[in-house]
Amino acid sequence: MIPGVTLQQILAFAAALFCIGLYGALTRRNAVGVLMSLELMLNAANVNLVAFNAYLHPGALAGQTFTLFVITIAAAEATVGLALVVSIYRARRSVRLEDADLLKG
Amino acid sequence: MNLPEVGTVLFYVCSVLAVFCAARVVSTRDIFHAAYYLAATLLLVAVIYLLMHAEFVAVVQVLVYVGAVAVLLAFAVMLTAKISDHRETQTNRLAVPAALAAAALFAALLKAVVGAGWEPSGAVSAQAAGSQANLQAIGMALFKDHLYPFELAGLALFTALIGAVLIARKDPE
Repeated sequence: MIPGVTLQQILAFAAALFCIGLYGALTRRNAVGVLMSLELMLNAANVNLVAFNAYLHPGALAGQTFTLFVITIAAAEATVGLALVVSIYRARRSVRLEDADLLKG
Repeated sequence: MNLPEVGTVLFYVCSVLAVFCAARVVSTRDIFHAAYYLAATLLLVAVIYLLMHAEFVAVVQVLVYVGAVAVLLAFAVMLTAKISDHRETQTNRLAVPAALAAAALFAALLKAVVGAGWEPSGAVSAQAAGSQANLQAIGMALFKDHLYPFELAGLALFTALIGAVLIARKDPE
């Protein structure tokens, strides 16, 4: 735990990060921008996990281990998501999400 | 100036900077700049992990997020960018309702966090063990308690690798 910093302050920081990411995911037109916002939200969740681990169960490691899994899956998600973006760009010549409204063609 | 104050000040500086950079990620018009702001945000979050004595998570954060994901995003921006991108607005028509929804969620989360009444556990002594112990303990936890999830995560990464190559390659025809 960080001396002089309460758990609530860290959680508030993570909440701010999450809400900024949510705003970005809802408003970005560029698909890559949406993926960046998703990474922000996942990071906020990770900060929460590590903070709960450090403050409520300082001897345990479950929060940190879980964070590692979340980072792994986030990396896989980013890889596949960006591959999809590149593929959509090839087909439609655009990364704007409004343009990607067809399942075929 | 004694050490605890340094940690406290560092947390406040890093969190304010991280929130600023995150706001720039979602608000800047140049999507390439957004990738750099994202890398900065992730680095600052890694510093906060370090402050919470999660050294291994901090290192993984820098390696995987800053080193791989942010660079991957920058590549995706460069592969898909057009010259006109800088001029057109980067937010859709939902900007105002989305901002209101995000602000409302933030207020609700703050209220929940303040009202929850979590008390820090007194058992801090285990935390005093150094980074070596942290690393060893995480390794033990990964390979003893979480062996199946660990192997599944490796399988998921492998699948994502093959899937990404298949999706992004040019059509052979």
